[in-house]
Amino acid sequence: MQITPHLFQKRLKKPGPNGRYVMFRVGYALLGIGLFIFLWVAGGYLVFTRPGYEQFSGFLPVPTLEAFRGLLFEDQFWQSVWASIRRVIIGITIAFVLGLPLGLLIGFYEKLQLTTYTPVQFLRMISPLSWMPVALLVFHSFESAIYFLITMATVWPIILNTAHGVSQVNPHWVNMARNQGAKDYQLLMKIVVPASIPYILTSLRLALGVAWIVLVPAEFLGISSGLGYIINDARDTMEYDRLGAIIIAIGFIGFILDGSIEIIQRMFSWNVA
Amino acid sequence: MTIQMEKVCKRFPQPAGKELSVLEDVDLVIGEGEFVIILGESGCGKSTLLNLMAGLLPLSDGEIRVKGTRVARPHPSRAMLFQQPSLLPWLNVEENIVFGCKLRGEKENLAVRTAQLIEIMGLSGFEKVKPHELSLGMAQRVCLARAMIGHPQILLLDEPFASLDTITRSHLQEELIEFWMVEKFTAVFVTHDIDEAILMGTKVVLLGGRPRGILQAYEVNLNYPRDIASRGFFLLRSAIIKKLRESFDGRQEG
Repeated sequence: MQITPHLFQKRLKKPGPNGRYVMFRVGYALLGIGLFIFLWVAGGYLVFTRPGYEQFSGFLPVPTLEAFRGLLFEDQFWQSVWASIRRVIIGITIAFVLGLPLGLLIGFYEKLQLTTYTPVQFLRMISPLSWMPVALLVFHSFESAIYFLITMATVWPIILNTAHGVSQVNPHWVNMARNQGAKDYQLLMKIVVPASIPYILTSLRLALGVAWIVLVPAEFLGISSGLGYIINDARDTMEYDRLGAIIIAIGFIGFILDGSIEIIQRMFSWNVA
Repeated sequence: MTIQMEKVCKRFPQPAGKELSVLEDVDLVIGEGEFVIILGESGCGKSTLLNLMAGLLPLSDGEIRVKGTRVARPHPSRAMLFQQPSLLPWLNVEENIVFGCKLRGEKENLAVRTAQLIEIMGLSGFEKVKPHELSLGMAQRVCLARAMIGHPQILLLDEPFASLDTITRSHLQEELIEFWMVEKFTAVFVTHDIDEAILMGTKVVLLGGRPRGILQAYEVNLNYPRDIASRGFFLLRSAIIKKLRESFDGRQEG
């Protein structure tokens, strides 16, 4: 029986020598980037050169990229980036500290899984942003309200994926460990947790994606730092080139954060003999 | 350590509220230091019987006693070897071998014993290798080392060589017999391979029929290493095949 998360399975099928395969992948990646830029240029010129839309010409690639270069030398931008990343990290950390043990227990004890299934699925389907008014009532600072929103958005994928990982643990490993005299807590710590690490990392990656999405609208509220704040600010001052540049920056940072978890995932993926 | 089985029954619940009877009234005594083979076709309940002895499955009826004590749960003194090597992929060969001892906190002489077993099992040079880099045969050697490191009095083997190629299998069969002669543990070996059964066992127990039970038990009075072309081997083989055929025909008619 094999336990290989589907994410890693594709990587195993390498056509031809490794070097050629890298070229093959890089080639298609570049093609994708090229297509993306082409669609941006084509779409931008089709929409923003029409009469009545000239004021939005800042969204075109050239002004946006110029504004992006400007952003890189701006203190306020870097402070906002840091503020946003810090919020995501704190929010996910809280969600992880709550969600990981819960997920492990839910996956390990079937009765707990049956009990928690309905409430978890129910809560998961509530848009995290609908907690916003509640968050503002409960928490006195905007900062804490944002942590709360990110935690509410990310705790579910962490719980569900961790529990799924636990349920996928190779039964032979469990039998072997029981045969070797493992007690329940040893099964959990020596078999279940290490075997679930790939799934836990997947859950973190999903959580990060959700957190990064929720963050920007969450920062629209009453706060004076963060990428959501400066994007809102750019809209109010009608600096559309700057707005476009911040959108690009949000995409970039999200891409880098996601990529760094992917690298960690690869370090913890193992082939099962 | 003797294993006594009395009227052992195992039934599995079926979806429609019925029960599937896998084993019925199995009586068997396995003496200390014996190498008993449980032989039977696929699905005859031989693995189930082994899991019952290991304490991995609860009995439906009857009793299994090891040295007079009732088997209720798994115990490290009854080590088990599975058909698929169940090595932990995040640990290397050495860490996999000592896994059970570390769990139980048996640290005495562990390093010496590990080094010995690695040597005996022909795993020298592979200590730091991860399981996915091992061949199936090597992986099964690691599993055997892991099973043996805690000095179990009983070794339960569930078709451990069934997924190996013929050459590797015959090597491992010989190695296991040599190892058993030195360590003098009690072995219960499940297989569907008649030649393997006669090559290795001091006793061959034929499982089958309907309801599933013991068809016949054969003492194998041949010296090790056994010759597959010898007369004694041939006679026993013919007798077993004849018995299996009878049981099969009986089932067809009934």
